[in-house]
Amino acid sequence: MESDIATEMAAVRPERVVLAPGIDVARRVTGAAATVVVLLVGLLLAFIAWNGIALFRHSGVPILEVFAPVWQPDPTSGETTYGLLPFILGTLGVVSVAAALAAPLSLGLALFMAEVAPPWARRVMQPAMEVFVGIPSVVYGWLGLTVLVPFLAANGKWAGFTSGFSWFAGSLVLALMILPTVSSVAYDSFRAVPPDLRTASLALGTTRWQTIRHLLLPASGAGIVTAIVLGMMRAAGEALAVQMVIGNRPLIPRSLFQPVTTLTAQITLDMGNTVAGETWNEALWTMGLVLVTMSFAAVVLVRLLTRRAGPR
Amino acid sequence: MSYAPTIPASAESLAPTKIRVRDLRISYDTRVAVRDVNLDVPEHAVTAFIGPSGCGKSTILRCFDRMNDLIPGASVHGSIVLDGEEINAPGVQPVELRRKVGLVFQKPNPFPMSIYENVAYGPRRHGVSSRAALDEVVETSLRRAAIWDEVKDEYRRKNALSLSGGQQQRLCIARMLATGPEVILMDEPCSALDPIATLRIEQLITELKTQYTILIVTHNMQQAARVSDRTAFFTLGDDRAGYLVEEGPTRMIFTDPANRLTEDYVAGRFG
Ligand SMILES: Nc1ncnc2c1ncn2[C@@H]1O[C@H](COP(=O)(O)OP(=O)(O)O)[C@@H](O)[C@H]1O
Ligand SMILES: [Mg+2]
Repeated sequence: MESDIATEMAAVRPERVVLAPGIDVARRVTGAAATVVVLLVGLLLAFIAWNGIALFRHSGVPILEVFAPVWQPDPTSGETTYGLLPFILGTLGVVSVAAALAAPLSLGLALFMAEVAPPWARRVMQPAMEVFVGIPSVVYGWLGLTVLVPFLAANGKWAGFTSGFSWFAGSLVLALMILPTVSSVAYDSFRAVPPDLRTASLALGTTRWQTIRHLLLPASGAGIVTAIVLGMMRAAGEALAVQMVIGNRPLIPRSLFQPVTTLTAQITLDMGNTVAGETWNEALWTMGLVLVTMSFAAVVLVRLLTRRAGPR
Repeated sequence: MSYAPTIPASAESLAPTKIRVRDLRISYDTRVAVRDVNLDVPEHAVTAFIGPSGCGKSTILRCFDRMNDLIPGASVHGSIVLDGEEINAPGVQPVELRRKVGLVFQKPNPFPMSIYENVAYGPRRHGVSSRAALDEVVETSLRRAAIWDEVKDEYRRKNALSLSGGQQQRLCIARMLATGPEVILMDEPCSALDPIATLRIEQLITELKTQYTILIVTHNMQQAARVSDRTAFFTLGDDRAGYLVEEGPTRMIFTDPANRLTEDYVAGRFG
């Protein structure tokens, strides 16, 4: 019986495609659009990679020099060293501390919205978060520069702040910026846990908190890590707001309370000082390549994590 | 154990009452869903709840472990006494009650973790932490739920979601047994299962009733007849609220009911 229907349907199918040419057109248009996007991304990556290796290929800087701790790109002030370690460590440090600050708050907020808040609170909070996401980064940077940095300078002497421009200020501004992103991705992953499971847990005589701690958090583990990694990616790519509060000192970061710098901050800062083809300029491209490689690694990590999470 | 329905009513009433329900009324917001329920549930027996859909069977069942507390707007009036204790009294902790009264859902709902962790979940939350004690309770519960033989080789590693529907439901029964309940509530536990899986659950119910008091909601008349000792028939009144029409030994409800509505329903002339 069933196989009869299947053969009949198979016989009907090619005819239907001809009868409905709209489907075919739609498929071609979307297919073409997808191809263009993939091509553009591929070209962009190839372009960055090609320029990123110019430092080694064209100027003959040894590859390993990139991992040197000293950045001295200006040939007019002595021997040059294109060490990118201060920027790489700066980016990793600023982004990690930002994630460490944002994660507990965001998860708390997401849990509250997903599990505790009454529906009306949810209706208020969701658009509020969207507005939060939409605030341009220069506003965060401006607030950091005019409020946070002077505050730290005036009140943070005991902790070791000197000017207020610091690793900590950069991380705090970034933490605020990524808070809504991390919260909303985490929120979605909490909501994706079927309500049945919560009821089943409560019916076993567990408390609400136990259900959150031992069922909900493990069940949405991959989603939580994804949320944090996405937040870190956003933070790593942010230049403007960070540059405004971080002090931009190309030194290996040692203290949370002292100025540091990041890959993005240095690229935007130096762009105007250099000329295409010059070694200094090539080093900036290499920084871009390093940044792209870092986000690529993060994307792969997220992919692996979400795949491992398996069926829900 | 299927001799129970043949025991005359007078002898059966000697079985101690596990749950006593008096003047139970349950509302969702202002709407009365169930009213005037009076019922004595005997210990170590299976009591089936039958009746047309929407007459409040699930609603009543959820009262016995206070899962209605979790539904906004639900309110319960009247008296439910379990082992001589009023379960809605101010001093009663719902979390304690829910360990004593286990619930099996319509759709199997194992947690996304290993079979072992599913069963150990309740005991762990209730403070059992020694490896040996957990191993013991997991194995005992899996055996009682008649799923041990099928999973014993890989229950520590295997994800519960990879089991078949029938196996998942028996795992959920094991998970519930691991918290040490005395009363088991089952809300249409077989409605998502195929006939063979259904049969296995029915056998299991018959085994479990020697140690537990079981209440089962079913829309399947044959199932009620096969597994239960007593049957309670509910229907919807003209006021759209459910009520208990009659309750008695299953054989009597199916062959010689006192009420015309019951007779029509079990004969399939209604609902
Ligand atoms: N969570 C709920 N909120 C509001 N009304 C509900 C809820 N659950 C059930 N009801 C209502 O209570 C009545 C009885 O439902 P239910 O107990 O599920 O019946 P049954 O299990 O016999 O099919 C129905 O009219 C239903 O709409
Ligand atoms: Mg129901």
